[in-house]
Amino acid sequence: MPLTNQSLLEIQHLRRLFKDTVAVKDVSFSVAKGICFGLLGPNGAGKTTTIEIIEDIIPPTSGTVLYKGKPRSASFREEVGIQFQHTSLFDFLSVEETLLSFHKLFARPVDIEALIARCELGSLRKRRSTNLSGGQLQRLMLALALINNPELIFLDEPSTGLDPQSRRNLWNIVDNIKEEGKTIILTTHSMEEAQHLCDEIAIMDQGMIIAEGTPNELIRTYCRTSTLTLPVETLASRPIAAEIEWTPHEDRAVIHTDSIDRTIEQLTARNISLTGLSIHNPTLEDVFLHLTGRTLRD
Amino acid sequence: MQLPNTHRIWAMFIARNHEFFRDKATFGWNFLFPFLLIIGLGMVFNGKEYQQFKVGVFPVTTESVTVAETTLPIAFQQENQIVFIPIADQKTGEEKLSLHKIDLLVDGQSSTHTYWINDSSPNGSLAEKILLASFLPTGTAAEKQVISGRQIRYIDWLFPGILAMNMMFASLWGVGYIVVRYRKNGALKRLKATPLTPFEYLTAQMLSRIFHLMFTLIVVWFGVDLVFKFQMQGSYLLTLFIFFLGGLNLCSIGLILAARGTSEEFTSGVLNFISIPMMMLSEVWFSLEGAPKWVISLSQIFPLTHLLKAARSVMNEGATFGDVQWECLILLLTTLLFLLIASRIFSWNE
Repeated sequence: MPLTNQSLLEIQHLRRLFKDTVAVKDVSFSVAKGICFGLLGPNGAGKTTTIEIIEDIIPPTSGTVLYKGKPRSASFREEVGIQFQHTSLFDFLSVEETLLSFHKLFARPVDIEALIARCELGSLRKRRSTNLSGGQLQRLMLALALINNPELIFLDEPSTGLDPQSRRNLWNIVDNIKEEGKTIILTTHSMEEAQHLCDEIAIMDQGMIIAEGTPNELIRTYCRTSTLTLPVETLASRPIAAEIEWTPHEDRAVIHTDSIDRTIEQLTARNISLTGLSIHNPTLEDVFLHLTGRTLRD
Repeated sequence: MQLPNTHRIWAMFIARNHEFFRDKATFGWNFLFPFLLIIGLGMVFNGKEYQQFKVGVFPVTTESVTVAETTLPIAFQQENQIVFIPIADQKTGEEKLSLHKIDLLVDGQSSTHTYWINDSSPNGSLAEKILLASFLPTGTAAEKQVISGRQIRYIDWLFPGILAMNMMFASLWGVGYIVVRYRKNGALKRLKATPLTPFEYLTAQMLSRIFHLMFTLIVVWFGVDLVFKFQMQGSYLLTLFIFFLGGLNLCSIGLILAARGTSEEFTSGVLNFISIPMMMLSEVWFSLEGAPKWVISLSQIFPLTHLLKAARSVMNEGATFGDVQWECLILLLTTLLFLLIASRIFSWNE
């Protein structure tokens, strides 16, 4: 699906206080129609507060949210789907009954059977929601978020606590949603998830957006250097290698470079063996740690 | 203002009903509690008496008093409202009298008919009068007449009170507690992400609860009626209508209490604060006839008072809708008012 530049959401100078705590300081960004927009940040960065303001679950202290260029109206609820990070459902109701209950709340819901098939809930339809595993519950929550055939979908840390199989399964479902051209706003702690699913990313810390762009743009901007390592004796025994900047780390020689090709050319020109060479390209996680630091967050 | 959507109300009504009927413990207790209460009280009062005086007789060392072997006057021995309690000696009897465990103490062997009373006991004073009256020669007492026609047993008078009290607890806790729990665990937040409005959600909760209440009421009524054969002077349909209005009203109070609460413990405290005075002052257990005027005025603020007044008028006195229309109107109007207030102040979030 080709991306368009038409903004579905415009967020302008959002601010939210909880008593004396500033959860969101001054957040502005826009989300183009048909993309998956990732909101990343460490714990307490203000991601969930920001997303819940946009969802119209909590009001902002100040700032504006425009949906399709206008303030959100009563029809906003009909057009968005939300998967919350923490929520509960009715006790004593089966998966199918839960879906049917929510189905009746919307004016133009999707076909229940198609939704059950899409979220792979067929074998669970008679099971009570309180008896579902983490992955199964997340699939049900995702089904509820899709029940009204929304244009805009909010997924707040959808894969937290899931095993690798459940996470991959969830990603497949989200990939399918993306292929339909729907707009997704995703918050996550998983850089792998963000890199896999998101077309654009904003990184938040301490209530503010500190970086924004596509995953590749962010990597190019904030972590340009790749890392090559060789067995340390390969360079230590060759005086000519002194022309190459490297640092020893345990039994490896570490070379940081902006151009892997150029560095390899330099090495081969000096007849340095490339046996045991390993290359680490920067990832979104490197960007994240570079921007938010390595200090532990609560 | 957006008009309520009946499809959404119906969806929430059905969902809540599923929960209620599948929660077997709560479901069972809703029937068992009023049934046990009525059966228990019926056995205590034996369907006819609610006031008996306890007269201690000494010296008696057996388990019961053989009144014929005492010097008590024959008329006193035969008094239905007196229960004779065996007491070993005078000292033990005086202790029991001082602790209000008995209303009057008599020496069963005394030729001078010596007796003791506790000056602070109203029942003691009445028991004393019964004792003294039994010494009057036959024919010197006032002329006695027995009322003709229907007589209401105490259990007939009490029965609507028990039903209404059970309705009150089920309404306040059944609605208030559930909504607070759902707010706390985030289920309400999930619903906020839909087009459902507070008015629609609260209306569905109220209708679902009234459905359960009326269902429970009919089953309990039918069950205990098999045992006690309650007297019904008026219309069953009108009585059910009055209970329906009363239930709606009590549910709407529960909704106000649940509109913003996030602590089940705090909500429970507030519910007790409201329900206990309402139970005591709405004539569930006893009539307020003769109570201070301010107490009677205060009782009028409680919907349970109007519910019970109307229900007893129909059940015990055969009143028609015209006789209880004001009580019905008060219940209906205050229900709408409470529901609007609850919708206005309702919060989905913690």
